[in-house]
Amino acid sequence: MPEKMIDDVTLQTLPGDAIRQIMWRFSDRFDIQMLVQSTRAVARGPVARLVAEGARSTHDWTDQKAALFKHFDEAGITGAFLDPECGGMIEGPKNLLFALIAFELAWVDAGAATASLAGNLAFAPIHERGTPEQRLHYMQRMVPPAPGENRKPLRGAFGLTEPIPYVGVDTGALGGKVRIAEWPDGGEPILHVEKRGRFITNMDLANFVTAAVDSDDPRIKGSCMVILEETDPGIFDRGAPTRKLVHQLSSTRDPIFSLKVPASRIIGGYKIKDGVIIPNYSHGDIIEAVFRRTRITVGAMTAAKLLSAVEPVIRYQRGRFRGTPTVQPGSSRYELGLQLKEDTLHRLVDIWASGEAAASLVFAAARLFDEIDPLEREKDRILEQQGVSGAWAQMKVFRNLRPKAMEYVELCAQKPEHRDTSRFKELEQDPLVRYMVLDAVGNVLCPASKLWNTGHGANMMREALSLMGGYGITEDCPGFLAFKWMDAQLEATYEGPEAVQRRQLSITMTMDIFLAQFRNWIKEMRQIASRRPGTGACTLATAMEMWLWTLEHLQNATDANGNKLYHSPRQGVTFALADALCWLLASRYQIRDVLELEEKGRNNPMVAEGLDGTLAFLTDLCHVQSARASGEVGRICAELVHGYNRHPSWDGESCHPYTPTELDALESVAPGIAGGVAGHADIMSTEGDPHPCKAGPCVRFEGLETFTRMRLKLDGCLTGARLAKDRAAQALTKVMIPEALDYPQ
Amino acid sequence: MSEGYHIVVCAGIVPDPLQTLQPVQTPTGWGLKNEMMLPAVLDPWAAHALYEAAHLAKKTPGSKVYLVSLAPKAKLQQVMMTVAQKAAFELVPVDGPASGFTEAFEVASALYEAIMGIAGLDRNKLLLFGGWESASRGAGSTLQILGEMLQIHDQFQGVDECTVNPDGSLQILERVEGGNHQVSVCKGPPVVLGWATGNLPEPPNNPQIGMSNMRTIMPALQKAKTAKIGADGVFFGSVELPKQLRQTRVVKDAQVDEIAREILEWIRK
Ligand SMILES: Cc1cc2nc3c(=O)[nH]c(=O)nc-3n(C[C@H](O)[C@H](O)[C@H](O)COP(=O)(O)OP(=O)(O)OC[C@H]3O[C@@H](n4cnc5c(N)ncnc54)[C@H](O)[C@@H]3O)c2cc1C
Repeated sequence: MPEKMIDDVTLQTLPGDAIRQIMWRFSDRFDIQMLVQSTRAVARGPVARLVAEGARSTHDWTDQKAALFKHFDEAGITGAFLDPECGGMIEGPKNLLFALIAFELAWVDAGAATASLAGNLAFAPIHERGTPEQRLHYMQRMVPPAPGENRKPLRGAFGLTEPIPYVGVDTGALGGKVRIAEWPDGGEPILHVEKRGRFITNMDLANFVTAAVDSDDPRIKGSCMVILEETDPGIFDRGAPTRKLVHQLSSTRDPIFSLKVPASRIIGGYKIKDGVIIPNYSHGDIIEAVFRRTRITVGAMTAAKLLSAVEPVIRYQRGRFRGTPTVQPGSSRYELGLQLKEDTLHRLVDIWASGEAAASLVFAAARLFDEIDPLEREKDRILEQQGVSGAWAQMKVFRNLRPKAMEYVELCAQKPEHRDTSRFKELEQDPLVRYMVLDAVGNVLCPASKLWNTGHGANMMREALSLMGGYGITEDCPGFLAFKWMDAQLEATYEGPEAVQRRQLSITMTMDIFLAQFRNWIKEMRQIASRRPGTGACTLATAMEMWLWTLEHLQNATDANGNKLYHSPRQGVTFALADALCWLLASRYQIRDVLELEEKGRNNPMVAEGLDGTLAFLTDLCHVQSARASGEVGRICAELVHGYNRHPSWDGESCHPYTPTELDALESVAPGIAGGVAGHADIMSTEGDPHPCKAGPCVRFEGLETFTRMRLKLDGCLTGARLAKDRAAQALTKVMIPEALDYPQ
Repeated sequence: MSEGYHIVVCAGIVPDPLQTLQPVQTPTGWGLKNEMMLPAVLDPWAAHALYEAAHLAKKTPGSKVYLVSLAPKAKLQQVMMTVAQKAAFELVPVDGPASGFTEAFEVASALYEAIMGIAGLDRNKLLLFGGWESASRGAGSTLQILGEMLQIHDQFQGVDECTVNPDGSLQILERVEGGNHQVSVCKGPPVVLGWATGNLPEPPNNPQIGMSNMRTIMPALQKAKTAKIGADGVFFGSVELPKQLRQTRVVKDAQVDEIAREILEWIRK
């Protein structure tokens, strides 16, 4: 590697808490920092010891695993969702908090994260849509015992998924049924609930289950969620344990319920009209509100694993040849081991960059929902005041607000000194407008972070353990990398498999309020690129433009048979574009977090000491990641833009290679093409032949020039990306790591 | 002692022991490579003193625990995110270097100032706790000097246990040669106890305690006075890390006595 590329200013130590607190924006939240620390102590203490002792070798729920709950309770993890008036510690929205808790636990074991947060998932339907009485009643009973207090808190499970053919997240049809068992005169109806669950987390411990059921009685309208308790009359059978291979520190079973419960257990309450019970919320309404928050925590788990892999891999690489008599201390083989090989470094750079991007994306999503939460409650309050009820009526209100929301987005992009300040303030302070604008992004960021972090994350985890060779695929591997890889597959699946996230994205990413903000982000990236070209923001902006162009193109274009391209059954189009978008978003938030560190880091003496080096390294990771993202986007877009046109053959009038005149026209897009192609016998027709050998005729379609220009530009934008990777790779050979991992193996 | 003790625990912070520690010359003298950036923990022996203090305070109603710490305050704040969850205390921070390359007398002087500034501190109830030595400087001198400055002459070092007798006197177990303890009885405060490891496990984190501590910790950190601490007049002849030596031999079925004999031989060499 040329000497001048090895910059003196480089990463000194692995980024510590102070850096992460700035990047992920909780440096002024001591309450959150404390919970992070207490969670970390549980993760790297009792959880890690359990994994190291082999507790993951069975899917059965054991006393050892159950004992973890005492630690979760003491550390404030199981009670994290509680509001202060119910004995909780953290005020206000808690999405970032949950994401950080999941991150800390999954740093060691994601099953522990799942177990500890399952109660939160169970309670989420009640928290999001329950009546105030339901919320208070269950919250109070779920308060974990104080240290020394001998009380059993209520634990819950979330019961949506059912045995095949009904299953769960993505189905309108539910096998679980609710009927009216008794309806005493003037009294509260008693319901009979029949529900079979499949893969239900926490079922070994749950004292209550929030279950999705459909009406099987003309006197109940539609579907709903009900709260089932273990003491309700009837059958509360916890069922067979799921013979799962992953997340072994959580409990999963296929329960069977046949219970009688009062109608007051319908989550969110109900009305009675003409002798029919009408639940205030369908099960669909509720799970939408729940998953848009809880899916974020899942994305945080896989992000943690990628970043957790860095230290063990570096230690393995460096120590690889130590102990051989011929490898003497002080020699580069002794000091650097496998790090002498460029590929090992480059691959680790890729893993680290993905981890950074995943963490940035998921924490941005979590913070966004912390903003949305109070706005959503305010929105509900305002709409109720205005007498607006039901999804249709709400949609109408928002349709009318659309121009204002678009105007607000437009003003956001203007420089403060140029925009109409009073109008901007007026719109900004309108909770409905702000809600609409943030919600449009939330509807994209939630599925995007779940999809990309877990799916791409699982792929990158495989890379991580492959860097450890045979050791990587053993139980002894430091950092439990093989478990983390397997577990990532569950994270990609539960709470809605990847297809469900892609489906949601393919709708939400086409919303004009989202796209208007996306356009602003392109400008933002261009501005960043002019100040900090090393971030790869320029590359990203170009890729973002290409994605946007492709989306618009595909929304109007048809395939060779004249069929529509961008619509929901055409998942080959919509899903691929959803995937492409995720790459862009992850990269964008990664760059923003590094800029945040640049801005705030100097004020913190712990960060300031090595800030220039840390920034140089993290900036290089941004560049590496944005290049990769652009590559993915370019590939996907090119395939979609060209791939649905029929390959030209030689039988038609128009099917011929580029004529010299056409090549001259393309010269403006691709300088040199005319000369280059003209000199190529493969492509140009030769005198006497019906058509040229080998190569087919060339492609033409509406918009080709623009697309080709973008493709070329995108390729050019990759300039420097590999140099950034080389620098980052060099940094990996120098960075100081601790003597040993801070949890057992 | 019905009105309780005023237990002042002196504890610095040190780099997390798992980190790679590499002495380097800095413009201001010796230090550790990347010291500011390395994660820090409460000095382990002093941390035991804190747990013992919290335990004693709990058993003795009316007691109060103060944690006096000289450290860069940003780093101290980070360490508090964990330590504040372990026990209830009032933090008395002094902003200054936590390096092991400072002079014990200067450190003791800064701690003295800080302790004298604690409002309502009653000398007749004072138990001065700390570590018998520090993970960043094993001289074991700071607490002794500080005790002398405070004119407390009942001093015990390497303490593993302190029990309160019914008459209010204190029975103290100090480590002495050969894994034994020396048992002493002193009539009560004021007294200096330099703790070894004590008998108590590290308490689990309790964020509830942490949050309530933070209400006073944050303002205290904001107001922390800066102390200029260095090593005036001290010359470091040489600085190096303790050497690790590893000689491994794989032998099957060796007898315990044989292994012990061999280890002894190796140590004596
Ligand atoms: C360990 C574990 C714990 C769990 N915990 C709980 C819990 O606590 N509560 C609960 O209710 N559930 C739980 N689940 C269930 C989990 O949420 C579901 O398994 C998950 O949502 C996937 O659904 P599925 O298994 O029915 O897969 P399917 O829906 O059958 O999906 C399989 C595949 O089919 C394809 N596919 C499906 N739908 C579409 C589509 N619309 N378009 C294109 N392709 C599609 C995709 O390739 C997808 O990956 C848990 C599962 C496991 C394994």
